[in-house]
Amino acid sequence: MRESFTSAIAVNRFGLGARPGELAGIAGDGRDWLRAQLRTPPPALPDPQLRSSAQTLAQALKLRQETRARRKSPEVASADEQALPQFLRPIYLSEVTARFREAVTTDRPLIERLTQFWTNHFALSVDKQLLSGLAGSFEREAIRPHVLGNFSDLLLAVETHPAMLLYLDNHLSVGPHSQAALRLQRRAQSRKIGINENLAREILELHTLGVGGGYTQADVTTFAAVITGWSIGGEGGVFAGGEPGKFLFRPELHEPGARRVLGTTYADGGYRQGVEVLRDLAGHRSTARFIATKLARHFIADDPPPQAVARLALAFTGSGGDLPTLYRALIDSREAWVEPLAKYKTPSDYIISGFRGLTLPVEAGQPALTPFGLLGQRMWEPGSPAGWPDRSVDWDGASALMKRIEWADAVGQRLGNRRDAAALAPQLLGANLGAATRSAVAHAASASQALTLLLAAPEFLRR
Amino acid sequence: MAMQRREFLNLGALLAGGALLTSRVAFGRTDERKSRFVLIIMRGALDGLAAVAPYGDTDYAGLRGEFAVRAPGEAGAALALNGFFGLHPSLGFLQQCYAARELTVFHALASPYRERSHFDGQDVLENGSPRAHALQSGWLNRALACSPRQAQEAGVALGQNVPLVMRGPAQVTSWSASKLGAPDEDTLARITDLYAGDTLLSVRLADALAADAIASGDGAGSAAAMTPDTAPRDMAAAGTPAPVRPAQVNGARYAEVVRAAAGFLRQEAGPKVAMFDTTGWDTHANEGGAQGQLAGRLAALDQGLATLKQELGPVWSDTAVLLVTEFGRTAAINGTRGTDHGTATAALLVGGAVAGGRVIADWPGLSARALYEGRDLAPTLDLRSVLKGVLQEHLLVPPRELERTVFPDSTAARPLRDLVRT
Repeated sequence: MRESFTSAIAVNRFGLGARPGELAGIAGDGRDWLRAQLRTPPPALPDPQLRSSAQTLAQALKLRQETRARRKSPEVASADEQALPQFLRPIYLSEVTARFREAVTTDRPLIERLTQFWTNHFALSVDKQLLSGLAGSFEREAIRPHVLGNFSDLLLAVETHPAMLLYLDNHLSVGPHSQAALRLQRRAQSRKIGINENLAREILELHTLGVGGGYTQADVTTFAAVITGWSIGGEGGVFAGGEPGKFLFRPELHEPGARRVLGTTYADGGYRQGVEVLRDLAGHRSTARFIATKLARHFIADDPPPQAVARLALAFTGSGGDLPTLYRALIDSREAWVEPLAKYKTPSDYIISGFRGLTLPVEAGQPALTPFGLLGQRMWEPGSPAGWPDRSVDWDGASALMKRIEWADAVGQRLGNRRDAAALAPQLLGANLGAATRSAVAHAASASQALTLLLAAPEFLRR
Repeated sequence: MAMQRREFLNLGALLAGGALLTSRVAFGRTDERKSRFVLIIMRGALDGLAAVAPYGDTDYAGLRGEFAVRAPGEAGAALALNGFFGLHPSLGFLQQCYAARELTVFHALASPYRERSHFDGQDVLENGSPRAHALQSGWLNRALACSPRQAQEAGVALGQNVPLVMRGPAQVTSWSASKLGAPDEDTLARITDLYAGDTLLSVRLADALAADAIASGDGAGSAAAMTPDTAPRDMAAAGTPAPVRPAQVNGARYAEVVRAAAGFLRQEAGPKVAMFDTTGWDTHANEGGAQGQLAGRLAALDQGLATLKQELGPVWSDTAVLLVTEFGRTAAINGTRGTDHGTATAALLVGGAVAGGRVIADWPGLSARALYEGRDLAPTLDLRSVLKGVLQEHLLVPPRELERTVFPDSTAARPLRDLVRT
């Protein structure tokens, strides 16, 4: 592969799409440019206005309680319905803005792509109430600090984060023989309390081993018992105790006793019991294989070559889950550099690369979110814990393509002659720029049409 | 917007080399059975024991406690079906359909999938084989590909992309309402040229233009989904139209998609098969009973189906709508007032073409011994028996093809008979 293709792949597939000058700035091999991005700690988002999950959650829970208390009187009830969404919405929009700006402006786009990859791997979805106020801070608190760290630490940070506990209902899961359950039984309370296996199942299926990774229904149920008590602090109701909005292990909800998960017995150590299961899951061969497959699918091809997956899995296991080692193995994979446009962009990739390529400013608030809604991938809203899919067939629908073309047209019209598509084309696409696109852009009827054609070009729809 | 694009197409039809000539989608078909089919996938695993409550089962109330749907009679109780099963109280329209013999309920049914992953469960539900990821195409598409005069048959997925169940060799497209304006004719023609050397993109673009032509050709009846977009064009990238969040307009949650589906199906030259997804059925916590979270979602769906009937008008009598989900939920309520992933569940077949007024179930019971793995409603009916019956009788898919290509390795699942009026 010629060096220029390597740079185009580095910038467009491993990165988030070229900004003008980015390709030219890669002095030598595009792979060195990527490796260099791994050397320093990951950047934090610069916006000081962003709130912590604990702040947001504490306030949201309080608001919800006040609303419930007042709900008895019907006339205030309808006004109150809106109180929580009105509190959460601006938080969501400011997080969307900050994340979008970082993606558009960063000079370490590999780190940002990896961040998005892991957030999607540990997906939560803002269509569940409260999560719209927490998705952004979840990413900043649980994902970003560990994106160049160890998988085991990343996993623990995610599974103990209040957003994940809320999203998969674990804060309400109660051991049937826990102190709390026994107390209720003594009082002959009829209200049924017990285990919710949602988080345990998705940790095994989606976060670590992968489906078919060798666990059974019994493992799911037992692991769910192990992590009973992994909860959130707050004031009043089920959240009483601990620091409001922060992770809290509640021993009174924890199912006592030793537990056998995936053939290993874990002595009862309260919170530690779950930490130990997670640590073993992080080191499991199935986890290495699952992560390697997803990473290869994201960076190499929809159906990644098995030998590349095997090599990545080996790097994962051999390094004890050291993520930069894994990323370097990926960069060193010959298979990643063979096909210049191996992946069809997701709507998010497409929008971000468009903003980067045309150096569009990200307006704060709703305008930052709008293109993601129009093109069908609203930020942090995959709708399920499986996250967004990562294959061409999931995104290349006819109607989806028309939305991109319409958006490309709208952007072209908005910019008019304030950008020069013919000059930008080689800067954004590098060696990927084909004759048809070059000619279409050169012969466009207007500057705005030229921009539309550049954004709608086959080379720009892929990475 | 829609008008503009139709004009573009008319022009394209007149000019050799226009987009229409490159289209693989040929919707025209006038000379045969008028059957319409709508598939609605309920993603997230519908609680069949809440949607269709077996109140006559003596173990039901114990398992569900305060969330059990009560026997018909009082307010907020089940809507009567056959003396043993009742519809959830949110499903008033569906009960009317049952009374009109236009609804058949299937219960204790399951796909061949026996694990509890949503995503593999949905894959099996859609790919039509007994195993997840065994096929890269979907049963509905393969059925279209081998139904009579197959070159003419086509389907539409309402949404930006095509779900697995509709992917495959047959010519299908996707369609969703647009909030931005369409490019002018010249720009669209240049993009068509630009895609000439790209197989995927040229096909997709042609399909999109053909679908838009059908959508805009419908004009009169389906206002909401197909109104020309008159928003000012200069807003562009950042765009003004505040996206409507379906969840916030619960009552009208499915209005847009249902109107769009009806718009396609009403047309003589339109596709005869439409499908769309619904979500929000994964009720692990605070599921509710006669009222609550699930009740709200079911009510929205019920209203959506009522809208579909209304929008289809006379075409309703040729239509069968099938609602399916990947698997059911635990028989008992869990520790967080919800239900976890289970096995067997219910499915619904509704429409003017349906030979309805029946509950089809070989009820396994809900006693501790009867439950699958001690926790779930046990499956006694293979979902593929229902699918085969509908495809064979309604879409005239040859039985040989059903066995061979549509549902491989499914001989044990014999097609159910007489599901639709003939």
